[in-house]
Amino acid sequence: MRRNSCWVQSGFLWVGPQVPDHRPLFRAMRVKKLGYVIVVLALIALQGGCKEGSSSQTRTIRLATTTSTENSGLLDVLLPAFQNDTGIEVHVMSMGTGKALRTARDGNCDVVLVHDPKAEAKFVAEGFGANRQKVMYNDFVILGPASDPAGVKGMKSAAEAMAKIAAAKSIFISRGDNSGTHNKEMVLWQAAGLEPSGRWFRSVGRGMGDTLEMADQMKACVLVDRATFIKFRRKIDLVVLVDGDKRLHNPYGVIAVSPTKHPHVSYNDAARFIDFLTCDKGRKIIGDYRLQGEILFHPWPKRGEQPAGGKGEGGL
Amino acid sequence: MIEAVQKAGQLLWRLDPILLDCVKVSLLCSLTATAAAVLMGAPVAVLLGRKHFPGRRVLVVAAHTGMAVPTVVIGLLLYGLLSRNGPLGVLSILYTPKAIILGEFALGFPIIVALFSAAAAGLDARIEMTARTLGAGRFGVFLTVVREAKVGLIAATMSAFGRLCSELGIAMMLGGSIKHHTRTMTTAIAMETSGGEFTFALALGLVLLLVALGVNIAAQLFRLPAQRRHPDVL
Repeated sequence: MRRNSCWVQSGFLWVGPQVPDHRPLFRAMRVKKLGYVIVVLALIALQGGCKEGSSSQTRTIRLATTTSTENSGLLDVLLPAFQNDTGIEVHVMSMGTGKALRTARDGNCDVVLVHDPKAEAKFVAEGFGANRQKVMYNDFVILGPASDPAGVKGMKSAAEAMAKIAAAKSIFISRGDNSGTHNKEMVLWQAAGLEPSGRWFRSVGRGMGDTLEMADQMKACVLVDRATFIKFRRKIDLVVLVDGDKRLHNPYGVIAVSPTKHPHVSYNDAARFIDFLTCDKGRKIIGDYRLQGEILFHPWPKRGEQPAGGKGEGGL
Repeated sequence: MIEAVQKAGQLLWRLDPILLDCVKVSLLCSLTATAAAVLMGAPVAVLLGRKHFPGRRVLVVAAHTGMAVPTVVIGLLLYGLLSRNGPLGVLSILYTPKAIILGEFALGFPIIVALFSAAAAGLDARIEMTARTLGAGRFGVFLTVVREAKVGLIAATMSAFGRLCSELGIAMMLGGSIKHHTRTMTTAIAMETSGGEFTFALALGLVLLLVALGVNIAAQLFRLPAQRRHPDVL
């Protein structure tokens, strides 16, 4: 036998003449087979890099938004309509407002949809954002167990309710993640004139949904946006204790990342997205969106002409 | 729980497009990263396991420590590198599958090096010399060592793959969990959980296990013929 066994055995390809088979340890065939494994591995490693090309055909923008918007399902109707009109695909990344603005500041997305007027104004004032527009609003609610250990149910002032929760040392779960909801919470604690600390105050540093689940398990009080509450209300035992205070207003703003700070961003496509959210069609989609028969977001009222971007009012 | 199993069955049966996308992204990233880690890790592992040179111990300790680095830390470091205002920002690969692959490679590489160098170190000391007397060049000697420690390499590869496809921090931080684009099975599970969809999340978890099972079965099948030829080696 001149060649060791047949080439089929050594794999699915024949790669030139093989070395005679008289080396017990170092048989060419086996080593060749290992060679195939290496080639296959290299191919697998390479294809990952080549896979990309296809997606560059369609125009895409990156939107960093809050978990509440993503969880509500609103984007699932809004974005296809936008893509239908403009051919621009929107890649959504959901994270807390603080992280979303950080992502935008680093130039890693094209547009943000967030809910923290103060942080938004700061972001624009520092020159990172352009064309800031109000898009929609809803409100926050304070939830707690039906037994209401702090006795705040039905109170008209959110700040007074928070003060009472603190005084009763009733467990309160805080987002603690620099999100829009967390900053609203901080504003309320400040308005109540106290700095929360102690065993009753539990900062968890997680998203809205996770925080709500934890609050439910611990039978604690928690501040939550209305959209997330409606999404979860059938799964949790917590009930609304306080709502309707003007301080619980929750406005969402959209901001494009400034092309002067980050020349690589798709500013024009981001601006079209902002136009779409604030045009009649986009406003109608937002206003018509229902979850479990409830309105989640109200489109921001129009004020005559488009207000000039960049002048964000802080606070309420 | 039963509901979740049913749901998992339904998702698989309908070949749910969202599920398929997640599986595709997960497999693309973890297989690519595993392959790259094996290709680059195996030579390093053989070097560490078979050669004696100053600093070897340090590198071995480094590799073992590398296995303990939390995924979010890898994610954070690479975020700083790949971010637009970071040193590698011009590549613009942050929030693409490439970034996930890079991060998972950084996670898998020390696993391959640490586990496979241990396997290679356990081989008979005369292997290199035998191979060399039989006419093998440098690469031939390397392949011989790899071949002799094949079982160790497969075990290292499978544990690296298992770690990569079940990893969450890197995929979340570097991929951003963009639907149809960088949403892996693990980030999908995390997102469905935070969205309150526990059943769907659990169903995805079951599918993830099935996928891992499939890959491991494939690896075992690959290994069986070798066992038949060399019953004494294994």
